[in-house]
Amino acid sequence: MKSKLNLDPKVIDSARSAAAAIAADMQKFIDRHTTVSTERTIVRLLGIDGVDDVETPLPNVVVDAIKDGGGLSRGAAYWIGNAMVQTGSTPQEIAEKVSAGELDLMKLPAASAKQAEERLLPVVKDVLEKIRVQRKKREEYLATIGEGKQPYLYVIVATGNIYEDIVQAKAAARQGADIIAVIRTTAQSLLDYVPYGATTEGFGGTYATQENFRLMRKALDEVGEEVGRYIRLCNYSSGMCMPEIAAMGAMERLDVMLNDALYGILFRDINMQRTLVDQFFSRVIIGYCGIIFNSGEDNYLTTADAYEEAHTVLASQLINEQFAVLAKIPEEQMGLGHAFEMDPDMENGFLYELAQAIMAREIFPKAPLKYMPPTKFMTGNIFKGHIQDALFNLIAVWSGQSLQLLGMLTEAIHTPHLHDRMLSIENASYIFNNARALGDEVEFKENGIIQKRAQSVLYEADKLLHNIKKEGLFSTIEHGKFGGVKRARDGGKGLAGVCAKDEQYFNPFIPLMLGGEK
Amino acid sequence: MVNVNTTAKTTVDMTKVKPYGDTMNDGMIQMSFTLPVPAGEEANEAAKVLAKKMGLDEPGVVYSKDLGIGYTYFVVYGKCQHTVDYTAIKVPKVEGDVMDRLECEKYIEENIKRNVIIVGACTGTDAHTVGIDAIINMKGFHGHFGLERYKGIEAHNLGSQVPNEELVAKAIELNADAILVSQIVTQKDVHIKNLTELVELMEAEGVRKKIILCCGGPRISHELAQELGYDAGFGPHTYAEHVASFILTEIVKRQK
Repeated sequence: MKSKLNLDPKVIDSARSAAAAIAADMQKFIDRHTTVSTERTIVRLLGIDGVDDVETPLPNVVVDAIKDGGGLSRGAAYWIGNAMVQTGSTPQEIAEKVSAGELDLMKLPAASAKQAEERLLPVVKDVLEKIRVQRKKREEYLATIGEGKQPYLYVIVATGNIYEDIVQAKAAARQGADIIAVIRTTAQSLLDYVPYGATTEGFGGTYATQENFRLMRKALDEVGEEVGRYIRLCNYSSGMCMPEIAAMGAMERLDVMLNDALYGILFRDINMQRTLVDQFFSRVIIGYCGIIFNSGEDNYLTTADAYEEAHTVLASQLINEQFAVLAKIPEEQMGLGHAFEMDPDMENGFLYELAQAIMAREIFPKAPLKYMPPTKFMTGNIFKGHIQDALFNLIAVWSGQSLQLLGMLTEAIHTPHLHDRMLSIENASYIFNNARALGDEVEFKENGIIQKRAQSVLYEADKLLHNIKKEGLFSTIEHGKFGGVKRARDGGKGLAGVCAKDEQYFNPFIPLMLGGEK
Repeated sequence: MVNVNTTAKTTVDMTKVKPYGDTMNDGMIQMSFTLPVPAGEEANEAAKVLAKKMGLDEPGVVYSKDLGIGYTYFVVYGKCQHTVDYTAIKVPKVEGDVMDRLECEKYIEENIKRNVIIVGACTGTDAHTVGIDAIINMKGFHGHFGLERYKGIEAHNLGSQVPNEELVAKAIELNADAILVSQIVTQKDVHIKNLTELVELMEAEGVRKKIILCCGGPRISHELAQELGYDAGFGPHTYAEHVASFILTEIVKRQK
């Protein structure tokens, strides 16, 4: 396809190969390390679930016991596999015995890593089969009841109570929504465990728990069948429990998950080593189960200026893309993020936003791009806010965005009320329908404002990526190049949960998920 | 005569103020809301009855829509029967004139003669830094530079989700003149609890009187801030110069 923006393919290739070098360099570090959250993910996938008598999730009980016993560097898979060899119990029975203080994993006779891995294999294959069934179920729904047109209408629910969320989500689906994201309660990203069971108390959102996922999935399947459209479910594979939540999402058939290699570092002050190791396993899972991941570049623009820092968004998208490539995620599942966040008082701001949105589409032609609405310059003037959202919607349909997180006229006032969501769906549906083929009809003036803007953002992104390649990703973040946020390599939360692997370490899921039949 | 009441309709009686649509004292109010009842004539009637109970004459449901779960959304107009005595209104405000950045810098040079240290954070579980960033970060917001840009002000932005304990410890460590707390998330009044805890903590540490304490956010008013034991509260449309002007004049006031 000819570039409407007259982007130089050589610059795109140069930027992309710099990003690939950055990701490959980081992958060497990732491959040598594991984390408590990565290990908890393995034990969850092996079927360990539930909580002890003080509400500590059993995956934490087991992994903490391994860590305290000095065995983390060998990996939880070995210790569970070994315990199965020695005791003949199932992983869940082993976890319950560890929790009751009846079993010390470190004190059992030691089988070889090979024996432990072989013993685990049927359990591993069993869970992979369960995930495959969920994947098939999604494909079956898409083939039978179908789905909405792109851009998908993506709305959030955030009542704090999963049962209230279900009421709101069903209403939104009936009004036309295609994707429902359940916003997490404030600060869940900083919990070093995943809460258990159905929950009804949260601030600014609802706890991500496996039971909440299951309840919402069931509700959306019901309403999807009723409205004749598959309704996708979105949650957050991010924060301290990034891969654990990906595993829960895989098992409960989530369709979209927020998952960014850098977001937790920059905006939640989670240690960079921890996040980068965790993002790898979470992405392997996401790739395997057919979830679309959403990266969080839009967030840079809530702290940094959307015009001046646009190139950091593109640079980060390319890095996120290359990390996804290493996790074998197909381009069709790469929901790279960007946003409509320029100051509405800026002259020709609409043209710049349009240039950037079309640029993202041209550089990532098959990716289901996630486009985020204005938030920073929403004022409480709901009438103007509704127009800002309309301009955002116009660019989305014009530039062919895929996942449209709908702006709310009441942004900056409260989490959306029932009718706020209706008004925003109405706004987007009207504009998408009314301007459906606009993108096919319009070309841009050569060397005009729009072409020049896109070219300069690409040029700056390429330059930045080459600097990062030279300097290294850790060091770049330390210098505050993304979102204007500086983070120290050994700072932030969760560093204590990072550990170098020993020679016999294995994670039985990674080779099968990366290479296995899907 | 037809025009007897012309004067009464075109001049405002400040002791009996009513909403204005297109004619003085027409009382016109627009509003929208949802009722958990199925769409239909009964729903519209219910909306009208409710509007009457709210003190609106001649309520009109100009639009209603089925929200899909047996609930209905309405846009309603009506004429307000109530009036307000504007002359009796008193609103507590942050006192003092607002100086711009250059005036603030000059004020420091002439009246304070040392660097003013300000520590800011988005505290508790709140992860939304947009407010504190707008006030502190160099770039500021909407063409208004942040405190980092001010010569004579040393501003520290501790970022998001900062525990109150950490904020107070940092303020003591830096010997701060002022603390700024931003609270964006207000669901279930989580901000009230958090802001109150900070005051109590500062009192327990014996620094409450030494440090000027301000809070800000879209749901914060000066009145609320004072009720909670803060020196000032800043709501929407606050820029760095408003905060700086208050802090600087307060420092000088306290020196006397």
